[in-house]
Amino acid sequence: MASGIRMKAKLKGDTAEVKTLMKHEMETGTRKDKKTGETIPAHYITEVKAELNGKVVMTANFGPAVSKNPYFAFNVSGAKAGDTLTVNWVDNEGKSASEELTLS
Amino acid sequence: MGVSRRLFLRGAAAAAVLMALPRALLAWPEKAFKANSRDDVMKALFGGTEASESSAVVLNAPDIAENGRVVPVSVSSTLDGVETIGIIVEENPSPLAASFDLGPGAAADVSTRLKMGKTSNVIAVVRADGKLYTAQKEVKVTIGGCGG
Repeated sequence: MASGIRMKAKLKGDTAEVKTLMKHEMETGTRKDKKTGETIPAHYITEVKAELNGKVVMTANFGPAVSKNPYFAFNVSGAKAGDTLTVNWVDNEGKSASEELTLS
Repeated sequence: MGVSRRLFLRGAAAAAVLMALPRALLAWPEKAFKANSRDDVMKALFGGTEASESSAVVLNAPDIAENGRVVPVSVSSTLDGVETIGIIVEENPSPLAASFDLGPGAAADVSTRLKMGKTSNVIAVVRADGKLYTAQKEVKVTIGGCGG
């Protein structure tokens, strides 16, 4: 789990039901550090991309109002066993992570 | 509440950082996320505010959220040709919480979890075949999710 993305997919017919959990602070930029009184800078995932066999099927754009360690579930049709599903995210600091699995 | 010079400078610095972000981020609808009203979000994200309430848009959210930091919200639609789904929390400082661009093969059915500062209407906006459809629901929040 080096990527910090947990991903599960279930095939129902030709539809893949995908659930993902991404480890991320999702800091809004409006909270203050209680000790120093300094505002904690915003740090959040902005974009999540899901690809099926290398083709983008879904892009999620997140704002800071998405909860810490974002949960994102979606369905992809036209999928079959053996297909590769990739999920990657980019945050507002340009950091990224990616995870993939083979549908079965 | 005036804007102090320091705050202004910090904002300017932040803006400079944002502008220096890599090109990969350009697709992110920044204007829509920075908008602070429902109408402005609609304009920035969908290019208009004209939308009809539709039972073909299904918004699932709790009646009461005991913890505003984690409010499960899902949107699905039976409409054909869904291109984009937006989730707006009207009373949040930045009302647009998330938007989803559906490519070929993606089903109009997404779930995520959101932060809500206080009791608010949650609005699901779906663009299908170029037209906008909405569904909304009030979610009561007992403990807000935006404080420190």
